[in-house]
Amino acid sequence: MTQETIIIGLAGILAASAPIVFAVLGETLSERAGVINLSMNGTILLSAMGGFAVAYTTNNIVLGFLTGMLIGALVALIVAFASITLNQSQVAVGFVLALTCRDLSYFLGNPYMGLPGPRLQALPIPFLSDIPIIGALFFRQDAITYISFIAIILVWVWVYRTRPGLMLQGIGEKPAAAYIRGANVNLMRYVYTIIGGALIGLAGPAFSLASRAGWMGTISGLDGFGWIALSITIFGGWNPARAAFGAYLFGFLQWLGLVLQPVLTQVPSQVLQVAPFPLMILTLLLVNIGNAEWVDRTLAAMPERTRKFFAKLLRAMRASPPASLGVPFERD
Amino acid sequence: MNVELKNINKHFGKVHANKDITLNIPSGTIQGILGENGAGKSTLMKILSGFIQADSGSQIILDGKSVVMNSPADAIQYGIGMLHQDPLDFPPMKILDNFLLGIPGSFFPNRKEATQDFNLLAKEYGFSLDPENYVDSLTVGERQQLEIMRLLFLGVRVFILDEPTTGISAAQKEKLFTTLKKFPEQAMTVIFVSHKLEDVESLCDRVAVLRAGQLVGTLNPPYQTKKIVEMMFGKEITLGERKPANVGEPVLSFDNISLEDARLRIKNINLEVREHEVIGLAGMEGSGQDLFMRACAGLVRPVGGKIQLKGQDLSGKSYHAFKQVGVNFLPAARLEEGLIPGLSLTDHFILAEQPRGIFIDRIAGQRLAEERIQSFNIRGTPLSPIESLSGGNQQRAELALLQNPLSLILLEHPTRGLDIESVIYIWSKLKERCHHGTSIIFISSDLEEILQYSDRVLVFFSGKVSQPLDANKTSVEELGQLIGGKGWAEIGDTHA
Repeated sequence: MTQETIIIGLAGILAASAPIVFAVLGETLSERAGVINLSMNGTILLSAMGGFAVAYTTNNIVLGFLTGMLIGALVALIVAFASITLNQSQVAVGFVLALTCRDLSYFLGNPYMGLPGPRLQALPIPFLSDIPIIGALFFRQDAITYISFIAIILVWVWVYRTRPGLMLQGIGEKPAAAYIRGANVNLMRYVYTIIGGALIGLAGPAFSLASRAGWMGTISGLDGFGWIALSITIFGGWNPARAAFGAYLFGFLQWLGLVLQPVLTQVPSQVLQVAPFPLMILTLLLVNIGNAEWVDRTLAAMPERTRKFFAKLLRAMRASPPASLGVPFERD
Repeated sequence: MNVELKNINKHFGKVHANKDITLNIPSGTIQGILGENGAGKSTLMKILSGFIQADSGSQIILDGKSVVMNSPADAIQYGIGMLHQDPLDFPPMKILDNFLLGIPGSFFPNRKEATQDFNLLAKEYGFSLDPENYVDSLTVGERQQLEIMRLLFLGVRVFILDEPTTGISAAQKEKLFTTLKKFPEQAMTVIFVSHKLEDVESLCDRVAVLRAGQLVGTLNPPYQTKKIVEMMFGKEITLGERKPANVGEPVLSFDNISLEDARLRIKNINLEVREHEVIGLAGMEGSGQDLFMRACAGLVRPVGGKIQLKGQDLSGKSYHAFKQVGVNFLPAARLEEGLIPGLSLTDHFILAEQPRGIFIDRIAGQRLAEERIQSFNIRGTPLSPIESLSGGNQQRAELALLQNPLSLILLEHPTRGLDIESVIYIWSKLKERCHHGTSIIFISSDLEEILQYSDRVLVFFSGKVSQPLDANKTSVEELGQLIGGKGWAEIGDTHA
């Protein structure tokens, strides 16, 4: 492989991963507030179909993206209403929605199957795109990929560097403690679930109007991405930057499966296609290895300085979910 | 700030939790609120801190102005802050983030400035907390200090403390009291809620006693303990006489046992516990006593040595093997590790009795529950969900669930958070067991409890274990010193 192919490949990973990035960011926000939006897989499909249909009918690509966000926000609203106001199980409601939205997308999307629709074009940024390597990697992408970069930064800054973000962390961790600090817990949970849902909804058109343009119904190949995005959210330890990194890692593993096929001819291609999934699980296990008791014991036996170094490293890697994830908040 | 509570009433459904309580707390005083579990203290404090709202007609008057508080945030606006019994903070987050959270200010908080503010405040009150550290590495006492700092920074003038001395060390308690005693000088008011008489007596300028939702009276120093107890319970209560145990056959023996976990290593423990005997384990939280107890229960595998129970070698065996020999362990976290929230008392008794067959005999279960409720004096019905019972009644239920006979009962903080009446009751039930040959090992942070109820005491200090001390010949002061790591040369640890 030449250097050029590698760079084009990596740039392709960044673009192809944009939808997953939106999905994991949305789910991270929602779960940080304490609400699991399990509908993600269905939401992505429905918003991919809806976004495509609207963009095709109106011939307005921006409207397509907005439709996707609206669909995501509406599905999230159902999750929020059922879990926060009606006090129902988030898992049950989310799961049913995941299935319903998927089937709904196939059913409603029938008239749009295989139609040639609008597609986002690459939008090289003047000057920046001429920087060697970096220009090709980051600045010759399409608009939605740029937005995905910005979204990672924005969400990260929001969660870790702003006052409302601090409160968001508190709401998911211990709502009662956030409440005595002045938070309107349930309102905030609604807001973040809906914003998170809108981001998840952006993932759909990011597929159907950009990286995998068009609507192909059951053979669109989009089914399953939502579930992966859910596990990447966990892998990311509910940290937007880490979750985005997980999305890219998954994209990289998939790409590796593709480019290795002609090289590793003795390995069945199915193995290479499936490999990213167990590899993701393996990474997840490695990242959370600090939770295991034997690691604690091994650490205890190490000399002081080494122990401190590893303890710090493991602490930084370890991801613990917001303690009140999925737990309803009631004012006493 | 002057706080006036006027005709406070609160109903929860049919329960009248606060009955027409009127209390005036002058500015600059430390007001104690005493009462047994369920007397209505918490309800009253939740009303004053805005957590819940009193029935209409009730009035809260601050410095002469009647106020309405709809949330804890409202209360903070009026200058009332509460330190909750279980610290309401965020363990996985940094101390600085905990401090910042909820403090109004710019959209992007200035962390550098906040760190300076934090360190300044910490210095003023003599707390040593590193703002970059994580809250889950702090002790309960330090988490209280963090909360106090946060409330001070928010400009709170009335501090409500709900059972603040539960679960903190003696040194931290002293520190807390010194801090609180400074507050009246700055015209701040402290409301100290507790069921621990000695704490209230040593700290408070005046005391109000609640019983069954009513204010039964107020007292000024010098306090007469007997009188307070009578007011709290409506009757006289006396501690049981100490009786030396007639020790019998060995039940548990530790032969050169070494234990370790991520933080601690304890080497070469030798101990023999005999029938009828009660062993108290003293030490600051996390000094190794919890590890020791879990080794007795078979939950932690020793890295060396031999454990024998009733003559059987159980080294390296599982919890179930220990249980079969008659060891039962009641952990401190009742609802997390001991009982099953969501199940009723009847369900618990059915589960504990391990009935044969697959179908449940509900009628027999109900009968059993009724019987035990009666004999253990539990306030609840056979169908009450376990989490609806008060702490004292949950603990009684746990005792009622113990099988009979048992060779060894292991208890972690058996009476933490309970009022005296419950404490006495629970120990009378435990002593009854001892009388029939059971041995008991228990952990407590209450030194008086340890000396009152144990025959021998083991002191733990950062992985060191003392020789068994005769409880009759040891004083609270001596124990306190040992716990703090002083005076070990004279008594020698188990290495000797």
